Amino acid sequence: MKRIDTEAIVIGGGATGCGILRDLALRGIKAVLIEKNDIASGTTGRNHGLLHSGARYAVNDLESAQECIAENRILKKIARHCIEDTGGLFVTLPDDDPGYHRKLMEHCKYAGIPCEELSVGKALKIEPNLNPNALSALRVPDGTIDPFRLAAANILDAQEHGAKVHTHTFVTAIIQEGGTATGVHCHDTRTREDFEIFGRIIINASGVWGQRICALAGIELRMFPSKGAMVIIDYRLNSVVVNRCRIPSDGDIIVPGDTVSLIGTTSKRIEYSQIEELNVDDGEIEVLLADGEKLIPNLSRTRVLRAYSGVRPLIDVSGDVDGRTISRGIVLIDHAARDGVEGLVTIAGGKLMTYRLMAQMAVDLACKKLDVSRKCSTHREPLPGSELTMLPSKHIKYFTGIPQSVVGSTLYRHGERVRQILSLSKHNYALICECEMVCEGEVEYAIRNLNVKDLVDLRRRTRIGMGPCQGELCSYRAAGLFTRLKVATSDESNGMLIDFLEERWKGMKPILWGDGLREAEFTYWIYQGLFGLGDVAMRGEEGDK
Amino acid sequence: MIDLENISFDHCIKCTVCTIYCPVARVTHHFPGPKQCGPDTERLRIKNPELLDDSLRYCTNCKRCEIACPSNVKIADIIQSSKWKYFKKKFRIRDYFLSHTDLIGNTAVKYSGIMNFFTALSPVKFFLDQVLLIPSKRIFPKYARGTFRKWFKKFARKKQSAFGTHVVYFHGCFVNYNEHGLGKDLVSVMNAMNIGVTIPRERCCGVPLIANGYIEKARKNARFNINALRKTIEDPGTRIVTTSSSCAFALKYEYANLLEMDNSSIFNNLNYITRYIYDQFQAGNVPPMKPVTIRAAYHSPCHLERMGGVIYTIDVLRRVPGLDLQILHSECCGIAGTYGFKKEYYDVSQKVGSALFKRIEKARPDFVITDCETCKWQIEMSTPYKVLHPVSILARAFEK
Repeated sequence: MKRIDTEAIVIGGGATGCGILRDLALRGIKAVLIEKNDIASGTTGRNHGLLHSGARYAVNDLESAQECIAENRILKKIARHCIEDTGGLFVTLPDDDPGYHRKLMEHCKYAGIPCEELSVGKALKIEPNLNPNALSALRVPDGTIDPFRLAAANILDAQEHGAKVHTHTFVTAIIQEGGTATGVHCHDTRTREDFEIFGRIIINASGVWGQRICALAGIELRMFPSKGAMVIIDYRLNSVVVNRCRIPSDGDIIVPGDTVSLIGTTSKRIEYSQIEELNVDDGEIEVLLADGEKLIPNLSRTRVLRAYSGVRPLIDVSGDVDGRTISRGIVLIDHAARDGVEGLVTIAGGKLMTYRLMAQMAVDLACKKLDVSRKCSTHREPLPGSELTMLPSKHIKYFTGIPQSVVGSTLYRHGERVRQILSLSKHNYALICECEMVCEGEVEYAIRNLNVKDLVDLRRRTRIGMGPCQGELCSYRAAGLFTRLKVATSDESNGMLIDFLEERWKGMKPILWGDGLREAEFTYWIYQGLFGLGDVAMRGEEGDK
Repeated sequence: MIDLENISFDHCIKCTVCTIYCPVARVTHHFPGPKQCGPDTERLRIKNPELLDDSLRYCTNCKRCEIACPSNVKIADIIQSSKWKYFKKKFRIRDYFLSHTDLIGNTAVKYSGIMNFFTALSPVKFFLDQVLLIPSKRIFPKYARGTFRKWFKKFARKKQSAFGTHVVYFHGCFVNYNEHGLGKDLVSVMNAMNIGVTIPRERCCGVPLIANGYIEKARKNARFNINALRKTIEDPGTRIVTTSSSCAFALKYEYANLLEMDNSSIFNNLNYITRYIYDQFQAGNVPPMKPVTIRAAYHSPCHLERMGGVIYTIDVLRRVPGLDLQILHSECCGIAGTYGFKKEYYDVSQKVGSALFKRIEKARPDFVITDCETCKWQIEMSTPYKVLHPVSILARAFEK
């Protein structure tokens, strides 16, 4: 069996795992990351991409609020190309307790969050589609963040500093020698290869799946998963983040995310056994749309693109099985101290906003154990692509000849790396995805540099198939590119295409009405009627029939 | 920031039929097509206006995409309004001249002899080409001596009071400054049908202004025209007609959809002329006609197609005895108003029209018939045939 030796093993390729890998790499520690699916495919990629200012937590959870504002400031510096500094509003509607407005202002002051009172008229000028019956408004430094881009940029930097990544790879066992965890046994689901990785420390950053990883090491760690559903609107209804000024509840945030807007979120406790079956039900969609409409009344006239949900990895540290004392804060567990298993550390809880801080905490502990004295620098070093502030107008000139929409969109997604992606050859800027302006050069760059193994991975790196058509025109073009770039056989490309369409279909199913339904029917006709994709026999399938 | 009142782009389901029917996308890769420039990139422009593509400028606003669209997306309107919402306005003397047709026309008709002489001279053409970027290959329409309005006042107005029914005629700049013949034909056709003609005050309908981004001026003209025309229809049965399909299209649709003006007060009274004549014919008002013995090829202009007006023209023409009419396959002629007068688009414009020119050649007609004045210029310049207006055909048939 293949054996890999390293210093640190990171389990989980969410924001935290990616952040940990980068932090380790920047401190000169050899590290390998294992992810069972794709980078940012779990909870990290299933939120509304809100760069919290902390105001949302200011009243109920001062500590989280303070963490948020501190990380907010750091991320705006180190992850420029993953962030849009849109600003945010907290709007009091006629149904809301008018006292909360004042309370929020006071608590923001304690937490050190800049919070400015606005007249409703001024708020409407910033956000013309806002409910004009709003009673009052506050402005806070909320923004938006692209979690896929953030995770991928962390990985890219880590790899450029020598770290290794295995995606689509399961941990099947934790290898222990005399009470010390020394390595992991893994299975690559794509190559169907088993191999072992040995290291001096294992960091479990697998979020809600952390309970399973701990179980593999014989440790009991109770997770209390909470499901949050979100709805995506076809285009940007709002230009700033709009929050409802009340005690956090369902459907009270509308976030402009790249080319779309998202309404979030619900919160529902689910059984641990259900964490893989994340369906969104009618009730959740109804709540989200009804509450969203209160903030932006025109929302009811817009097209809903898809609905999806994620699982918050809430963790129980007290051993209290009722889960009453469950914290939403960061939990760092040294299993040597807690369970007597050396070489294993779990980091869980927290938020996307605090991923960097969580990584820092985990790596600080790892360094103590490995006797490494180098300090964390992830709060200073910009991520790849964010080295300089990029002005689209300047770049559009630099790439004269390529459509502005392509240059602007590529720049938006990859920051300064755009110079490694675009070139004036016609092939390079030929469009693959027409909704999100993903060109052939960008697909090639992603496949070659960003750990893309299939079409679904490609979507997370480039936004392919995330526009109104949900992959109707771009997915077969992109599948063809995998073959042309010789990273997949034509059978494998067909398989990817089917998987990709199934994945898109899953998120469209709950919202199929109106134009969304018409478009889905059209897509179905293209793929089933025109291409006969349902009749494509995959390799190995023939014998089963 | 987005105005949620106008979200037709959201209904696009990417069937791409608009791009198949786009005459410009077919001939140049510089224009990625209506779907891309309209609904697709509208989403991006909402996010960030800097994502505006220069390729938008290639759109001729022929509206064929809107006819093709099964989802009722106002594709061409999205492209037009993006042009003037997001492009930085640059003053260009050429565009100013091309778009301010009534201003230029009023001056030109006073010195029409000199104007027509000079614009045909090759050194002048060279100058226009090099300095103003008006292609030297383009042949200019001739200016008439004096205006149609003056002629009407002097020779026709008095006679009109003899008729019991009247139409209000919006003659447009072309008839007023270039082609009095068409206006005279209209008057004689109406009179032959026992209908009098009145001409209210009017300004340029705004089509060239819209195309060149003079939106405020277009709105001003629209306001003027709506008010002037509204006064003429206080008697509710009164019909307003035009002999220019683009003027009719602007008055009816561009005013409301693009300029966001309220033209509901005149909307139902207003038609392109052949629709009005069709209605009259249906009601039995068909004066005796003599055979014309003309073999003609009929070209349907884009804007008339967009209004669904082509069937009326064809029906009216079919009633003219002796007219051997061949209906050409629907193609864009490529000129698109002022578009074909711009050096940067001249080649595209001619390429777009080439399919139509070939069809005309093949039909070997005596004349070409079409409803649109700029199509007429384009066809007369690019083929050996003279182009007549349907009303002029009728005038020949009605001649005693």
